[in-house]
Amino acid sequence: MAPSHDHTAPADSASDSAVRFSLEGVRVGFLTCIPVALGVAGYGVAFGVVANQAGLSVAEAALMSATVVAGASQLIAVELWADPLPVTAILVTTVAVNLRYSLMGAALERWFRHLSPAQVYGSLFLMADENWALTVRDLKTGSGRGAFLLGSGIAVWTFWVASTVLGVLAGGVIGDPARYGFDFILAAVFLALAADLWEGRSTFVPWLVALATALVASSVLPGRWYILLGGLAAAALEVIRYDA
Amino acid sequence: MREGWLSLDPFVVAVVLAMAVLTYLTKVGGLWVLSRLEVSDRLEAGLSVLPGAIVIAILGPELASGGPSEWAAGIVVLAIAWRTENILLALCGGILAVVAFRGLV
Repeated sequence: MAPSHDHTAPADSASDSAVRFSLEGVRVGFLTCIPVALGVAGYGVAFGVVANQAGLSVAEAALMSATVVAGASQLIAVELWADPLPVTAILVTTVAVNLRYSLMGAALERWFRHLSPAQVYGSLFLMADENWALTVRDLKTGSGRGAFLLGSGIAVWTFWVASTVLGVLAGGVIGDPARYGFDFILAAVFLALAADLWEGRSTFVPWLVALATALVASSVLPGRWYILLGGLAAAALEVIRYDA
Repeated sequence: MREGWLSLDPFVVAVVLAMAVLTYLTKVGGLWVLSRLEVSDRLEAGLSVLPGAIVIAILGPELASGGPSEWAAGIVVLAIAWRTENILLALCGGILAVVAFRGLV
């Protein structure tokens, strides 16, 4: 963010400039992230089951988990999945849901400026909410472990892809979804996701706006555009009321 | 039905890879652009509510089209997710609940 001559916190910048990219950093990141990655695997199984119901094969779902590496946007994509594929809606929603990663990546800049482009842009591919949070926590201690994001990302990626495969295979065994209440899985996954994303009372008003917008839009507009409209209405409100 | 577990529809692969490229651009774009442009706190606040708001926008119409069984089971999911922070437990509880409530109604 600030140019290098503008360091206002000398102690901080001293430890930040000692950021290195080492195998040890990868190792610590990986091991620290294992318990968190187990939690990620819970979503992975759920994503696999839902992807199976949407008609994706094991290979297609695994490809998505391996290359996109962004849980909420993947779940929303398979929620939108239909024949023919609503490509524009899927891609626009993917970007909207993942825009937060731009902010998260920018927050790493003060440490990552000491790494090579290959190290930075390689690590960022594996950035997810969970390992980003762990990485920021680790770097803020002045550990200088520039490879922490990569190591923790490898843990998340491995569990995410493996649990996706498990979920699609389980979903394939289930058969008629409604008989066992499996038509409720998607709603249940999103409810759990909402519980995760809830940030206390500051979330209440934007969510209420998103809900109202989506309910109105879904009754007057075709397709699934109400999803994007609900999200954008909440974001717009947040921008407008920022001073208040 | 699907032809096989390993089948890869070229069109599906193209859509998935497009998702992957766009997601990667959001991941690296912040560090590349925002660190040079300086994003206002105001815009940052707006962007930060997007994921939760989109999840709510999906849930609203979906739950509205359900009935009392789905709503009650939804409360069960939320309660378990909140108490245990265990997604699999919440899902299993919710599914058992929806089957039970549908049997009652």
